[in-house]
Amino acid sequence: MEHSHDAHGHAPEPYKYAAHHSEEEGKKTRRMIWNMFWVLLAITTVEVTLGLVWKHLEISWGVVKMTFIILTVAKAYFIVAYYMHLKHERKALKNTIIIPFVLFALYLLYHIFTEGIYSEYMDKYFF
Amino acid sequence: MSNTATMDSKTAWGGNNESPYGASYGKLMMWFFLISDALSFTGFLSAYGFYRHYYGSLWPSAENVFTHFPFMHGNHPLLYVALMTFILIMSSVTMVLAVEAGHRMDKKGVTIWLGWTLLGGAIFLGSQAWEWYHFIHGTELGAIELGRGTFALPNGTVEHTYGVIARWADDSKQVLLLPWREIAGDVTSPYIQLTGQALTEAVANGKEIYGANLTHNEYGHPLFGDFFFFITGFHGTHVFSGVVLNFIVFINVIMGTYQKRGHYEMVEKVGLYWHFVDLVWVFVFTFFYLV
Repeated sequence: MEHSHDAHGHAPEPYKYAAHHSEEEGKKTRRMIWNMFWVLLAITTVEVTLGLVWKHLEISWGVVKMTFIILTVAKAYFIVAYYMHLKHERKALKNTIIIPFVLFALYLLYHIFTEGIYSEYMDKYFF
Repeated sequence: MSNTATMDSKTAWGGNNESPYGASYGKLMMWFFLISDALSFTGFLSAYGFYRHYYGSLWPSAENVFTHFPFMHGNHPLLYVALMTFILIMSSVTMVLAVEAGHRMDKKGVTIWLGWTLLGGAIFLGSQAWEWYHFIHGTELGAIELGRGTFALPNGTVEHTYGVIARWADDSKQVLLLPWREIAGDVTSPYIQLTGQALTEAVANGKEIYGANLTHNEYGHPLFGDFFFFITGFHGTHVFSGVVLNFIVFINVIMGTYQKRGHYEMVEKVGLYWHFVDLVWVFVFTFFYLV
């Protein structure tokens, strides 16, 4: 068939993707999975403990809040990079997924921070 | 065993049999769906964060709302939701172990790990129903939703009381705590204590509230209830559809569908969705229960 040949006239290889791995690779993957599990568990434990004790410590709420957010983003990174395997995907795929999301998320937050002030007027004049 | 599986040309996605992403059509579309879904949740949680900040101390603190633990009496703030988080993370671990077993064409391994994932999802859904029950049901003490009126703040300004939730200081119902809005969102901002005549008037003009629904919330601002029902409900719907998808794939694994096909990519695809559900919960946990 004409269309099944590429520009150089070679018959293309059948479409392939990484679907299998060997026993040794499996062992390595499983070790990574459990290591990540301990990391995620440790972060969650720190979060819950901090949530329960921060009022008894000499830390300001702002610092606690930022710590929560940083730990959460770290957790999200570990889940997406390792469990969802994004770290080992092709660069094109990584960019296609991460860039639009981050861009729109920041755009949304920007609008909330800058335009949200109008809620004050709504409270005053409409309710 | 070779490192790659051959797919038929119907599943390959254009590019003269060479996908620029190195991923199949199905997996790519799952990723694209997850991006749009992630943006919905970003919208919900940003809106929540905005109003939580905006209403300051009128907003309930989650550690005062979610204090129950099954078969245990007393106050256990955050404990149950921490357990729910652990269960969901654990089910993410069993899911990725199922994917790993699939890469070795280990049918028994996939069946076992996917089974544990299903169990984790089911327990999580049950826990969420339980949390909803306690939030809707409320406390025996209840709270007073104040009627029309004004009160003076210590700094001299006058605030309206309409719709503000005043909570009892303790079981004796002798003191009402009246919060006011701090734009700074300081969770430790003070309350005005209502006693004696002011208390009697406040109760007479106000309304007793028990538990929460879409218009009233004994723990604080009603928007908290709306956000709680909407965001955890929307996430719970995702968990539910995840459990359904996992169950369908689980049946297919047992029937040997993927063994015959030569690869377990379908487990990877539902795995992506399942990890996403876990990922969203990580954010819901932080922004709803911790911050």
